[in-house]
Amino acid sequence: MTDSAMTPPKQPMAALPGGEVTEGPMLAADGTPLKASLKRALRREKLRALLLISPLLIFILVAFVAPIADMLFRSVENQIVSETLPRTVAALEADEALPEEAPGEEVFHALYTDLVIAEEYKVHTRLGSRLNYEMTGLSSLFRGTGRDVGRFDTDIYTDQFVEAEPALEDPVNWSNWMSEEEIRDALPLTADAWDAWTTLTVEANEDDPLEEDVADFVYTALYRDLANGAAPANFPDVDVSSFETVSIRALFEDSDEDWLDPEVWQVIQTYSPAYTDGYFLNSVDMMNGPGGDAQWRPDDEQIYLKLFWRTMWMSMAITFSCILLGYPIAYLLSTLPLRSANVLMILVLLPFWTSLLVRTSAWKVLLQQQGVINDTLVWIGIVSDANRLALINNATGTIIAMTHILLPFMILPLYSVMKTIPPSYVRAAKSMGANDWTAFWRVWFPLSIPGIGAGSILAFILSIGYYITPEIVGGTEGVFISNRIAYHISSSLNWGLAAALGSILLALVLVLYWLYDRIVGIDNVKLGG
Amino acid sequence: MAQGSSTDAFVEFERVQKSYDGENLVVKDLNLSLPKGEFLTMLGPSGSGKTTCLMMLAGFETATHGEIRLDGKSINNIPPHKRGIGMVFQNYALFPHMTVGENLAFPLEVRKMGRSEREQKIARALDMVQMGDFKNRRPTQLSGGQQQRIALARALVFEPELVLMDEPLGALDKQLRESLQFEITELAHRLGITVVYVTHDQTEALTMSDRVAVFDDGRIQQLAPPDELYEKPQNSFVAQFIGENNTLEGVVEKIEGGFALVRLDGGEVIDALPVNVQEVGQRTRVSIRPERVESNLERLHPEAHTLPAVVQEFIYMGDTFRTRLKVAGRDDFIMKTRNAPDQPRLKPGQEIRIGWLAEDCRALDA
Ligand SMILES: Nc1ncnc2c1ncn2[C@@H]1O[C@H](COP(=O)(O)OP(=O)(O)OP(=O)(O)O)[C@@H](O)[C@H]1O
Ligand SMILES: [Mg+2]
Repeated sequence: MTDSAMTPPKQPMAALPGGEVTEGPMLAADGTPLKASLKRALRREKLRALLLISPLLIFILVAFVAPIADMLFRSVENQIVSETLPRTVAALEADEALPEEAPGEEVFHALYTDLVIAEEYKVHTRLGSRLNYEMTGLSSLFRGTGRDVGRFDTDIYTDQFVEAEPALEDPVNWSNWMSEEEIRDALPLTADAWDAWTTLTVEANEDDPLEEDVADFVYTALYRDLANGAAPANFPDVDVSSFETVSIRALFEDSDEDWLDPEVWQVIQTYSPAYTDGYFLNSVDMMNGPGGDAQWRPDDEQIYLKLFWRTMWMSMAITFSCILLGYPIAYLLSTLPLRSANVLMILVLLPFWTSLLVRTSAWKVLLQQQGVINDTLVWIGIVSDANRLALINNATGTIIAMTHILLPFMILPLYSVMKTIPPSYVRAAKSMGANDWTAFWRVWFPLSIPGIGAGSILAFILSIGYYITPEIVGGTEGVFISNRIAYHISSSLNWGLAAALGSILLALVLVLYWLYDRIVGIDNVKLGG
Repeated sequence: MAQGSSTDAFVEFERVQKSYDGENLVVKDLNLSLPKGEFLTMLGPSGSGKTTCLMMLAGFETATHGEIRLDGKSINNIPPHKRGIGMVFQNYALFPHMTVGENLAFPLEVRKMGRSEREQKIARALDMVQMGDFKNRRPTQLSGGQQQRIALARALVFEPELVLMDEPLGALDKQLRESLQFEITELAHRLGITVVYVTHDQTEALTMSDRVAVFDDGRIQQLAPPDELYEKPQNSFVAQFIGENNTLEGVVEKIEGGFALVRLDGGEVIDALPVNVQEVGQRTRVSIRPERVESNLERLHPEAHTLPAVVQEFIYMGDTFRTRLKVAGRDDFIMKTRNAPDQPRLKPGQEIRIGWLAEDCRALDA
């Protein structure tokens, strides 16, 4: 880089008033170096170009990139456990009872606090459904105990505290104490519970905490703090050693004995981190076993690998039958005179103009056991009435209907590539002595491969993510992974799993695309021209 | 190889007609025969049916009527790949997915030729067009002229006796065209192949061919060697189409002693050679080449008829002078004179008289 671009832009007196250039860098008419003004002009041009594409860019960012990013994020995101049960998660870390048995009183106390708060916010059921994906029964466990937790017998602490020290009944006093750093430090559980309670009262109940009765769980926390030996100054001195106590663990057991099942706690522990590989493991029929090791799910729960595999092979079968059916049509189209080709093209495009649902439903009518095709076959005598073919609600149905729907996506790129193959190539081949077949196979066909490539990518990628048609004609044997994704999005509401399945599908497509590029070469794909 | 002498017709069109749509004849009654080893060029305006003729010969179009014979045998029902005719296309038609070597191997492979023989022939054909080093290139990596050479080599590599070329040089620039013209004729003569060549370009036709067939409106207007075509056009289309030409219109007044007297529409009388006129009173169009127009009347026969002319424009062209004259009511009459010391340099507005030898002025169809 020794040229004049590196010299400072302002060169005094390099240009004479008449615009004549003396020496030094080339100058534009106004005296600035030519390179600089060129760069400025280009920058303006680039800016203009950016401005022109910005609406599309924004649209793509909002409608495409963002949802994909969100999906990728959702597939690993798992903050619900640590957000809903923060105290429990923290306490579980210190607990050593797992995996042999359910954790001790500490953890249950934390769970009690968390659950009371979650119940007030009505979020415990959401957590229940989330954990239910990992272990069935957890949803009802959380819902049931959520109902009970407000009526736990922890009010005995409240009563005893108020009896021992009436000042403890007044929230105003509480408020004063809890604003003192020393007291807060000495009574961590209580401070935490108090904070949670005041926030809760304001946010969830829209009340003034100073006019409400302090909740039982605050007194329970206070009891635990004091029982742990805390003795803060400037705080009522209450001797708790003579208090009547209640085991919170036992209260939970009373509510539902599943709480003492170590497996339940293992699930909570496994899914307490903010990010999880659980959805992905689930997507490939695995799960986090005890101790956090990935392991296969029981045979009767394995479905996704099978579905992925089925989606792949059926998409390939569909793509292949599209090539088989589309190639001759495209060939004919490209050799016909323009006018007849246009008429035929309309026939090819016709499916585009009819509703997808109508078309798919039409296949239902045609392919049924009592449908047109079976009736015709029986009438001709190819199949007997007793052995009518099962053409729908299975893989066959999906392949037939999908081939029909995706055929135009194969024909159009094929046609537009074939259209560009000059007839003189085949003529040249024939003039050199090649018969029709050789001329086709050695010359025409290789030149049409980019069209096959483009059509295959289109058809394959479209079919891999297709949803409506398999749903309608696929029965159970002919549905794709996308139907499962749709199910998780709209019925089971397990969006994390849906996102993980979607991410895997996306990755699969990318891998296949990469493979395709390695094998066929992506520059061998032409959509036309 | 072939039986019979070389004067026997090698390619023959007999009363061949062709219609694409069943309404218009694109080729009307084509009769043509050419001996082995001849370089024949089809020349004509766009749409005159040249390509159609070539395609019928190659077998890609079928004649609606008539017979085409190759080496004495009718080939009407022989499919193109069995005709053994080499072909060079205007867009070269090199297979883009094959290398140059594979392109050349193609006709040999379909003939099931052994590998070593194939390699030998390919090397020879490539050397022939001076492209020996390009065997492993793809056609897209070659320039237009190089592609054209490869197309030529490919059409020749399987040693056909007849090669058809449809405007093979149409896409090249003038200089390249001229050098390739020379190479093609030289090769054709050296290999002794028969060539049917189609072009728009009359210079190309005149310089390359043994004979030229001038096409118009689906018919051969004249089939003759280049010099005869230029000097003795048989009708006014050919006279107009080939080279530069002055035309005057009039009526035959007298035919006598092999010469005719034509009274022009303006009343003047000139001498002409009756070519397409038979009787007195017939309308005719006379054609005179610019270089045959004479302003120095002393060089003419003393009794020759002359015409008054007014100089419109004088163009100095180095070796020649080009003078545009107003003659017999037309101001596009061109006279071309050699730049010689005794040749006057005329001024616009100057009035002169011009004339010509009667045999240089051809009275053609109107
Ligand atoms: N496949 C076709 N179908 C219908 N008409 C055709 C077809 N090919 C050529 N024609 C018509 O036949 C006539 C002769 O065409 P042809 O291609 O033989 O002309 P040409 O002499 O080769 O012209 P050019 O110098 O432009 O190549 C034209 O009027 C053309 O429109
Ligand atoms: Mg042509």
